[in-house]
Amino acid sequence: MNFGRLALPVLALALAPLLPGIINRTKAVIGGRDGQPLLQLYYDLAKLVRKGAVYSHTTSWVFRAGPVVGLVSAVAVLAVLPLGGTSAPAGFSGDLIFMAYMLGLMRFFTVIAALDTGSAFEGMGASREVQFSALAEPVLLMALAALSLAARGSGASLGGGLFSLSAIYSHLSISTWMRSGPALLLVAGALWVVFLAENSRIPFDDPNTHLELTMIHEVMVLDHSGPDFAMILYGASLKMWILGALLAGLLVPVRSGNIWIDTGACVFGLFVLAVLTGVVESVMARLRLTRVPQLLVSAGFLSTFALALIIWS
Amino acid sequence: MLIVLFAIGLLFLSGFLALSVGRNGGVANLLGGCGAFSGSLIGLVEAVEILASGRTEQIRWAWSVPYGSFLVRIDALSALFLIPIFILCAVCGLYGYGYMKSFCGCKNLGAYWFFFNGLAASMAMVAVAANGVLFLMSWEIMALCSFFLVTFEHEEGSVQRAGWIYLAATHIGTAFLLVLFLMLGHVAGNGSLDFNAFLGSHGKMGGYADVVFLLAVIGFGSKAGFVPFHIWLPEAHPAAPSPVSAVMSGVMLKTGIYGILRILTFLGPPHLWWGYLLLGIGLVSGILGVLMAIAQHDLKRLLAYHSVENVGIIALGLGLGILGVVWHLPVLAVLGFGGGLLHVINHALFKGLLFMGAGSVQHGAGTRQIDLLGGLIKRMPWTCVTFLIGAVAICGLPPLNGFVSEFLIYMGGFHGVGLARSAAAGAVLIIGLALIGGLAAACFTKAFGVVFLGEPRSPYGADAHEAGLSMRVAMLLLAAGCVGIGLFSPWVVKLMGHAVAESGAIPYEAVQGFLAPASSALLKVAVVSGCFLFVVLVLCLIRAKILSGRTSSSEGTWDCGYFRPTARMQYTASSFAQPVTAMFEAILRTRSHTPSFSDPRGAPVFFPDAALFESHTEDFFLKSVYAPLFMAVKRFALKFRFLQAGRVQFYILYIALTLFVLLIWCLR
Repeated sequence: MNFGRLALPVLALALAPLLPGIINRTKAVIGGRDGQPLLQLYYDLAKLVRKGAVYSHTTSWVFRAGPVVGLVSAVAVLAVLPLGGTSAPAGFSGDLIFMAYMLGLMRFFTVIAALDTGSAFEGMGASREVQFSALAEPVLLMALAALSLAARGSGASLGGGLFSLSAIYSHLSISTWMRSGPALLLVAGALWVVFLAENSRIPFDDPNTHLELTMIHEVMVLDHSGPDFAMILYGASLKMWILGALLAGLLVPVRSGNIWIDTGACVFGLFVLAVLTGVVESVMARLRLTRVPQLLVSAGFLSTFALALIIWS
Repeated sequence: MLIVLFAIGLLFLSGFLALSVGRNGGVANLLGGCGAFSGSLIGLVEAVEILASGRTEQIRWAWSVPYGSFLVRIDALSALFLIPIFILCAVCGLYGYGYMKSFCGCKNLGAYWFFFNGLAASMAMVAVAANGVLFLMSWEIMALCSFFLVTFEHEEGSVQRAGWIYLAATHIGTAFLLVLFLMLGHVAGNGSLDFNAFLGSHGKMGGYADVVFLLAVIGFGSKAGFVPFHIWLPEAHPAAPSPVSAVMSGVMLKTGIYGILRILTFLGPPHLWWGYLLLGIGLVSGILGVLMAIAQHDLKRLLAYHSVENVGIIALGLGLGILGVVWHLPVLAVLGFGGGLLHVINHALFKGLLFMGAGSVQHGAGTRQIDLLGGLIKRMPWTCVTFLIGAVAICGLPPLNGFVSEFLIYMGGFHGVGLARSAAAGAVLIIGLALIGGLAAACFTKAFGVVFLGEPRSPYGADAHEAGLSMRVAMLLLAAGCVGIGLFSPWVVKLMGHAVAESGAIPYEAVQGFLAPASSALLKVAVVSGCFLFVVLVLCLIRAKILSGRTSSSEGTWDCGYFRPTARMQYTASSFAQPVTAMFEAILRTRSHTPSFSDPRGAPVFFPDAALFESHTEDFFLKSVYAPLFMAVKRFALKFRFLQAGRVQFYILYIALTLFVLLIWCLR
């Protein structure tokens, strides 16, 4: 294990709060507003950590444990998350399942913390969250299965690192794109849908709506305050970093062998992804809630088609 | 071997002792509980030792039953199933001691413990019996003991109905098993129903193999709870006392899985469609089970449907294993069988735990209706923590045990996707498991969140009290098991090697070879999980430290400016589940009775009266398949009612006629 690998989680921990900042800046520029500073989330986090907290009489330790478990789950995923061609510090065969289920644990605790408040609004958000994520999970795993096959097809043996995110992403190069470009494009589409849905972005959820009734993620964390809320915001930005890294690592197939260039390219890809998200949010409205499952299921078909293309071509 | 037999004897004996002092409830409760606990623990020691060593032991005693011999045999496969049986029976003995106290004086506790310990002993006998007749007898004792336990509170009409459905289902299943063993005996040819004789008759199976496998899937599947033979589960589990539900759901279902695996060892090389059949059954059971569970309002009924789901996951593993054997892809076989078998143990632990939690809720709050409960975390803190651990485990989330077995099956699926031959099976498996996992999370956030969190929704929740000491200890033991298997998974997986080797007929060394990569991955999972728990702890301490000196105040829940929210405005289980049930409306067919806001002429009413909203999700198979079928059978049977005239002379005439016909048939 070299120094560069250990630096990956540190990089994620340091830069993740930048992503929401970039999205908001993009939206501000397109909307012709002055907007908030790029580093707004850092300021928010610093402010929230120094504050006290207000709790509802109804809540119990579950409400207080939710943000902690959620944040640490996201951090645990960083241990297996590669960045472009740079391998993760603790990758292993099957770590993509571990990643998906750790994010599931994060969601589980966010949801029960929301239910702990006894508020109808938070219950509503929680209910939608579990519904959409149940559909997003098969999409994510199918997309990763397709990627693992595409990467293996490059002739290099993945050996014991089969189905490890690090092995998959280090073998995804320009030549993989040349060989199975259409399939990879479908996978990217599916991952893009998962990225937007799981991070509660438009068109699935509007983080800026003024009405609690229409939100999903934001309404679940209404009652959190102070350091608890800081952990939630930080955890959410890490989740965005994680799912974004899966997509950026695919779309930016720079595999020069130089750890600085590869990692830098992927981080740049992540920032571009954030800009794209901002553009989508500026030009689109949120979907009707009943339409969301249809979009997620279509993303499932995308990834399944991609898998079929890779296997039978 | 002798120790296990001794344990079985001790279980039977303590049951009889409890029965003999049945009038004195307290003594019977103590005797029965101690017997179940100590007998099971004694048996557990040898079962673990035999699984680890992988040796086979058998004992044959003289037995004067036609075609029968008292032949008992323990191999790794038996031992693997004995382990959850003994663990859960021991813990349920402990739990039952506390749970049954409330029935002391009004019910015969001696009878309860007689049947409970009989159930424990007969399940262990099923796992070690090595003769068709002995197996069927144990199977029947198991079915009858559990029937009497299900109908323990037989004063209630719903319990009687559940009991009848269970009795009918189990006996129809046994009928298939009877044919199955006769067929196996016929093929083996020498008039013996010993399993040893079956083992040697691979070559002679021919076309019988397909029929025998199908009989096993129907006969054993009806016990295991495969869709569409699952209809008795959601009836019987809620009706039974909670420790009984825990044992029935946690391990009695698994005797069906054991039966299928045992029969597979007799049939020689499996056929391709067997694997696809089990995969299909697993997928349908898994998805339908969890969907039906989401729509339930009764906590124990919800858990019962989750047993259908988990048996589906086990079937997915076994199906994948069979496909691996057929295609000579040992890695698929090892991961499939390994994951399926580990899930047998895991499910016993967390489902037992959850049923105990549901029992404590019923005991403490007086109802199982999820929508009437709420806020139990303040009154039942221990039950809440253990239920949460069980809920996280059953959703297959790390760092607990459910993740480990699902991880193995997933890995099998991913390996399968990589080869053109098995790609479709692997892809279906991954999509299915992921969907099941996501829906299970939806279901258990609902069950845990609505029952334990928020404010009490009715006086039931408000007056609840915590479970007694022995019940708490029992739940904590199982919760520790869930965490333990999660954190020490590589060693647990290694321990299962012999059982996997036996079920897939793969050499032990090869099994260990293919399990090694999975083990090393699980080791990393365990390390990361351990770090995860440590960091959670550290962060909790940091959080407490930085908040300690600050103003942290307490207010009402923010309800978007509304001044006085009440407990009745909370989200209910039905509303939480509604998006999912609406999404799968075509399958679930949830019917709801919405209040009407118009008068009989259709004009709107501006000041409506009190309104009631209800929703029901009935089991499609029970309502639309079995009910019409059995009604037709009943109508047909009623046509022969005239035979039952009520006069003894006629009955004697029937006997004479039968004898006469038989004589003619013999002389023919």
